[in-house]
Amino acid sequence: MLYIFCPHCGLRSQNEFAYGGDATVKRPELNKEISDQEWNNFVYLRKSPRGKHLELWHHISGCRQWIKVERDTSTHEIFKTYKADELTE
Amino acid sequence: MSQDFRLDNIGMVNRNKKISFTFNGKKYFGYEGDTIASALIANGVHLVGRSFKYHRPRGFFGVGVDEPYAILQLERNNERDPNIRATEQEIFEGLEVKSVNCWPSVNFDIGAINNFLKMFFPAGFYYKTFMWPPSFWYKIYEPFIRMAAGFGEASIKHDKERYEHKYEYCDLLITGSGPSGLASAYAAAKNGARVILAEDKPRYGGSLLTSDVNIGNQTGAEWSEKIITELKSMSNVIVKNRSQVFGYYDHNMLVMSERISDHLPKTQKYLPKQRLWYIRAKEVLISSGSIERPLVFGNNDTPGVMLSSAAKEYMKVYGVLVGKKPLIFTNNDSGYETAVEFKKNGINPLILDTRKEPSSDIITEAKNLGIEIKYSYVVVAAKGYKKVKSADIAKISDNKKDLSNIENIECDCICVSGFWTPSIHLASQSGNKSEFNEKIDAFIPKKSKQKENTIGSANGKFTLEETINEAFNKGYEVSNKITENNNKVSIPTVVEKKSTEHDKFWCVPLPKGKSYKRFLDFQNDVAVTDIELALREGFRSIEHVKRYTTLGMATDQGKTSNLNGLQLVSDIENKVVPQVGHTTFRPPYTPVSIGAIVGREVGKHSKPTRKSPMHEWHEKNNAVFVDAGVWLRPRYYKQGNETLFEASKREAKNVRKNVGVCDVTTLGKIDVKGPDAAEFLNRVYTNAWLKLPVGKARYGVMLREDGIVMDDGTTTRISENHYHMTTTTAQAANVLSHLEYYLQLVWPELNVNVVSTTEQWAGAAIAGPNSRALLMKLFPNTDVSNEALPFMGYKEADLFGIPAKIYRISFSGELAYEVNVESDYGNFMWEKIIEVGKEFQIQAYGTEALSTLRIEMGHVAGSELDGRTIPHDASLEGLVSKKKDFIGKRSLSRSAFTKPDREKIVGVVPLDKTTSIPEGSYIVKDPKAKLPNPKLGHVSASCWSVEYDNPFSLAIIKDGKNMIGQKLFAMSPLKNKTIPVEIVSSHYVDPEGKRVRA
Repeated sequence: MLYIFCPHCGLRSQNEFAYGGDATVKRPELNKEISDQEWNNFVYLRKSPRGKHLELWHHISGCRQWIKVERDTSTHEIFKTYKADELTE
Repeated sequence: MSQDFRLDNIGMVNRNKKISFTFNGKKYFGYEGDTIASALIANGVHLVGRSFKYHRPRGFFGVGVDEPYAILQLERNNERDPNIRATEQEIFEGLEVKSVNCWPSVNFDIGAINNFLKMFFPAGFYYKTFMWPPSFWYKIYEPFIRMAAGFGEASIKHDKERYEHKYEYCDLLITGSGPSGLASAYAAAKNGARVILAEDKPRYGGSLLTSDVNIGNQTGAEWSEKIITELKSMSNVIVKNRSQVFGYYDHNMLVMSERISDHLPKTQKYLPKQRLWYIRAKEVLISSGSIERPLVFGNNDTPGVMLSSAAKEYMKVYGVLVGKKPLIFTNNDSGYETAVEFKKNGINPLILDTRKEPSSDIITEAKNLGIEIKYSYVVVAAKGYKKVKSADIAKISDNKKDLSNIENIECDCICVSGFWTPSIHLASQSGNKSEFNEKIDAFIPKKSKQKENTIGSANGKFTLEETINEAFNKGYEVSNKITENNNKVSIPTVVEKKSTEHDKFWCVPLPKGKSYKRFLDFQNDVAVTDIELALREGFRSIEHVKRYTTLGMATDQGKTSNLNGLQLVSDIENKVVPQVGHTTFRPPYTPVSIGAIVGREVGKHSKPTRKSPMHEWHEKNNAVFVDAGVWLRPRYYKQGNETLFEASKREAKNVRKNVGVCDVTTLGKIDVKGPDAAEFLNRVYTNAWLKLPVGKARYGVMLREDGIVMDDGTTTRISENHYHMTTTTAQAANVLSHLEYYLQLVWPELNVNVVSTTEQWAGAAIAGPNSRALLMKLFPNTDVSNEALPFMGYKEADLFGIPAKIYRISFSGELAYEVNVESDYGNFMWEKIIEVGKEFQIQAYGTEALSTLRIEMGHVAGSELDGRTIPHDASLEGLVSKKKDFIGKRSLSRSAFTKPDREKIVGVVPLDKTTSIPEGSYIVKDPKAKLPNPKLGHVSASCWSVEYDNPFSLAIIKDGKNMIGQKLFAMSPLKNKTIPVEIVSSHYVDPEGKRVRA
């Protein structure tokens, strides 16, 4: 079971969190003209890298904050965690 | 009663306490501290089971977790426990055990015929046999395999025992209390670290209990007793026996199963039977020791053939002789220690050593004691069926290929020692890639991957001096890293006998003309010939060989068989072992009972049960409950002998005719607050929200980004910047996460807060033509007229002194209101409504009537919003704004979603107006069409329309709106029904929506 550092609460076990997928996806701006292809990429396509990956976790049984976790998907090593408003670019 | 094989002056069992137990119905006795194995051996019983495949007689092979044979079924306190290891289970008064995998008895087992049919059971026989004819499978092959397979019989009763889970955190977890475990725990604890020391056996000390060594002028056993006593007294140390750390998971999470009551006749009050510990350790020291390797020779599975270290432990710990005419067969010095122990207890052993001219302290001691030793000698085959009676032995040539004349010598047990295999399972589970150590012919851990170190013989250190030094240093070093203390304890001096090199020889060749079975895996009956066959048939990868032959796949996980198997594969393939590699070690290290894994989460505890504040009233009024998400909701209120159908019809009718009240506390409620709340709702919902005035509610639908409907509900503007959102019962948690996602990650610039208020409000829906009249009596000081409180209006009011909120919203399609009060007043509100409502013929209604009401109104719910429908499919396109953008809007213009013949919601009425249509039925044009019959859609919800007194269903069918008026068929192959139906509008009752606005 992973041990995840919540930037708001500290080290907590994985069972307090829900996984939220790729954190690098950026939602297209509202009211913007956008091609089918671009929209498809946003809704359906996700990278599933082996190695370092920035992903979202939701501390649902804790502070209810969404956080970003930089994790190695093959070794589970967690390098760093960030608050939702960090790493926005 | 005398025990022929019990020694008087040796052992650690409590001679003052006799314990009686039964084995296969016969009564035996042992002493407190005995295992089933030691007690049976003391009574001269060696035949305890039959092997898995050939049903050959099986006895005891080991003395602990590595035992492959002695797996028994236990009855304890009227509970059945299958597959317990006789070498681990301690006896208690009244214990009943019996053999498994044999019929009719272990002495006469019909399955043993397999032994003579072994040409039909080669490696992978189940891939080759039982194939033809196919019709034999169900009636003949499967029952046969089911009867033959497995060991114990699982109980089908509910397990009444209690199992617990516990979370623990520590600086240092040490797995195993042998010399390395004790020394490192002591050094670390003295340096201030918070230590957990786990020991699998009842007694602490590991090999110290049986080796003839001296630490700090004390015997091994005395020293371990001293250390453990001191550790137990320290507040920073947790010491646990009967506790197996069986799994090493990510981020230094280890799981340990503690057998608290298994050794007692009955679980004590306030104690669980077993406890599962989830331990998060900053550092781990693996001191799991090593397991002796068997030597392989003919019939090496005969009862009486066992590990030499086991024979020694039976003597030293239990005071039990495994035989009185022992033959020791060894390729290293360990066998000598067992021989010396026999000799000291007045038994004359014979040693066969595969080595030519070894010399060491212990060999000299054996010689001096007058023990007979034959060098370059091997056991060719054990003789005897149910117990070893003699052995064929022979001198072996220097190249270990040729056997000279075979002699037969009498013996009653053969103690084998093929050197030692470090238990690297936990290290390997942690991700540590092991490396092969040529010096010991075994794998040892390599570079740590997690925060773990392996010490002692688990790390291939086989002398006590090395082990003790390493362990003291590691214990200090690791604790120093964590505590930054510098309290170093002095390392005691160690006296032990020096041993010499072992022989790499391990598998005795077959003599000419003989075809003895030589077993590698004792639990799964895998012999040398099976591996040879697998390789001949082209299996190369060790993982494939393992699965094809089942080598190492039994419940002992190959603790005694893995290395010999690898050695054989590499010998045949002319490779070295590291080239072959080893199979993956996976948790659990030893079997763990399902009860322990499940813990307290059984029955009602498997998930939380949420009850509304009005639950007791429902119970008192004969409510029949249904699970709705995590909630219990009244399904209907039973009167007399009413059926569900009759009751729900009565309740629904009363709503249409008079007035009903329904508990809607379970609806999800979310407070949305902040200056940007309106803008936020406008982005979340498909319809427009910016212009909703204060004191008004609006129905809204929210989508996922892929355009599929996620949830629906009404949201009310309580004040300028405060909205009260409702969600469906089932989606409440998901909707909150969804909102938080957008607020925290996508639009952090919006100044909005969301919080769940589901449990803060109790809700009652009052529906029916009499509802306003009732409301006027409930709130005499509030104007609830149609003008003052119109449809979708909201008012705060006073309910007999209690602050209440009235929302004029309707799910039933009738004139209806939802009254909310703070949860603690819920019951008060409910009882007042019932009391005041009496004159208006009020009746409470449950979810079944609620369903009926919404179905005949054509209101969609979870069965239509099933994760596949977009708003248009559910006739909700009127709620989709064309002007503004919102979550999921772009997806709605996908070609698949704009196809004209997309499935749409319609109503379905049977032509005969009497036959109910099963939910899930397909709608088809021609019921006699060739299969698969092209499906137009499916029936999503069915009810008995109380308005028209005939069945009515909702369906989602292709090009639905254009099908209205058509005569089609509803087919339910499951219920074997074909019903002619007519497609009608989904708004079956009051299509103009007059009633809700009345």
